[in-house]
Amino acid sequence: MSREIAVLGAGMHPWGKWGRSFVEYGTVAARAALADAGLEWQDIDSVVGADTVRSGYPGYVAGATFAQALGWQGARVTSVYAACASGAQAIGAARAQILAGLADVVLVVGADAAPKGFFAPAGGDRPDDPDWLRFRVLGATNPAYFALYARRRMAVYGDTAEDFALVKVKNAAAGLLNPMARYRKAVTAEEVAASAVVADPLRLLDICATSDGAAALVLCSMEFARARGVTDPVRIRAVSTVTPVYPRTVLDLPDIATDSAVAVEPAAGSFRSSIARAAYEEAGLGPEDLSLAEVYDLSTALELEWYEDIGLCGEGEGAKLVREGATALGGRVPVNASGGLASFGEAVPAQAIAQVCELTWQLRGTAGERQVPGARAGITANQGLFGHGSAVVAVR
Amino acid sequence: MERARTPVVGGWFTESGPDGEFRLLGTRCSACGSVFFPREDTFCRNPGCRGGELAEVPLSKRGRVWSYTDGRYRPPAPYVSDPDVPWEPYTLLAVELAAERMVVLGQAAPGVTVADLAVGMEVEVVPGVLDGDTATEPVRTTWRFRPVGVDG
Ligand SMILES: [Zn+2]
Repeated sequence: MSREIAVLGAGMHPWGKWGRSFVEYGTVAARAALADAGLEWQDIDSVVGADTVRSGYPGYVAGATFAQALGWQGARVTSVYAACASGAQAIGAARAQILAGLADVVLVVGADAAPKGFFAPAGGDRPDDPDWLRFRVLGATNPAYFALYARRRMAVYGDTAEDFALVKVKNAAAGLLNPMARYRKAVTAEEVAASAVVADPLRLLDICATSDGAAALVLCSMEFARARGVTDPVRIRAVSTVTPVYPRTVLDLPDIATDSAVAVEPAAGSFRSSIARAAYEEAGLGPEDLSLAEVYDLSTALELEWYEDIGLCGEGEGAKLVREGATALGGRVPVNASGGLASFGEAVPAQAIAQVCELTWQLRGTAGERQVPGARAGITANQGLFGHGSAVVAVR
Repeated sequence: MERARTPVVGGWFTESGPDGEFRLLGTRCSACGSVFFPREDTFCRNPGCRGGELAEVPLSKRGRVWSYTDGRYRPPAPYVSDPDVPWEPYTLLAVELAAERMVVLGQAAPGVTVADLAVGMEVEVVPGVLDGDTATEPVRTTWRFRPVGVDG
């Protein structure tokens, strides 16, 4: 039995600071994906919205919010929240419905209108919420965690600030070629080094901005695609949404401490590497089969960690890979050919969907100037607050 | 009049540990020995454990720096800081406690900057006050980490 589903359409609202509602962004992206699929909204059996918690009550019920904006037409509806992994969970929910035969064609939408500056927890006094506590007790912002990982890499592997800057230079060069990206200008290593320190050793240009943005996909069964005359669609072959395995020994957002390993010996490998491993196992392929990857570069240093976690190189060898140019456009396995979060900024529930949009365009061969020649397989990787894994494998 | 002193979170640390000193407090499962910080009082989170009594336990006084950073920009609420006072960066440490085999985050003691730190350096936990709260009632007490052998 085929466990694959087809990507019939992909669409985005450009990333930026547009000052409008997330509903508007999501609706624009949804219409773009429908047009790309050659379908009408009324043809859709099911709509899955990736939720945003910063946009008030409609953001918590995004599936219905987008359905209402597009015009109620009676489709099955699902809303999912998993922080940065929301988009992957939305794709996972859509896939499950398609593979179970509950829907033939599903619209997946994620959109956000993000605040400027640091992300903060929801309001009110909530001392039972780890996300509230890390701000209240420690002032531990997201960049503080990224910086802890970055400093650790410098101490353990000998990475340098110059290595981190190379990631920004590379991603800016790719984002420059992407009309959907927020930042479309080349960045030099000198500019990274001259930007203000946010959380030592990371500087402003090492850390992704917050942005508005939206992305959408039309997903369907292989039978539905064939019936529409689409014989060779981009196919999603795996969606990994795994949780960590106890004890989690690497400090992660938003926790104030790791699990203790006194009672149970930790499993080999990190949570992040287990996310990719689950996707590879489900897809029946490995890192050696990849034409490209889209990973969650919340910070430049974190992108290097993902190289290792998705198996492009061994532990501690990420910096070597970026120095060699292996992950740049034109390299052996381009990473963040879209420009990544470095060029897009973070629009939380949209980003994991946007990663799959990029794979779709690359695997179709329609990515324009940033096209990876002959792309046949790609992986996305991402991680959501509170232990939400997220990876998607797409092939052509 | 002296302000009241209230822990920023109740039950996470004590001013009078086993040796009469400041200690972080966690809990330990009587069935499997798992240790939890912040304290877990409801259920043991070891998936292979049927669950035991969770008893309060003081954590190691010393540990080694796993990593460190600072905050050059004012964090958002609920971190408390006076917007009329220029922002003073704080230093944040992730500290590996060998006996508990866990990493715990904490702010550094006042005056300790990233220039004073290195991964692997030995540090100890000491009592502290959250900076931003000094103008408010009551004073919020917290824990801090400080390199071993440094006064202050
Ligand atoms: Zn237990």
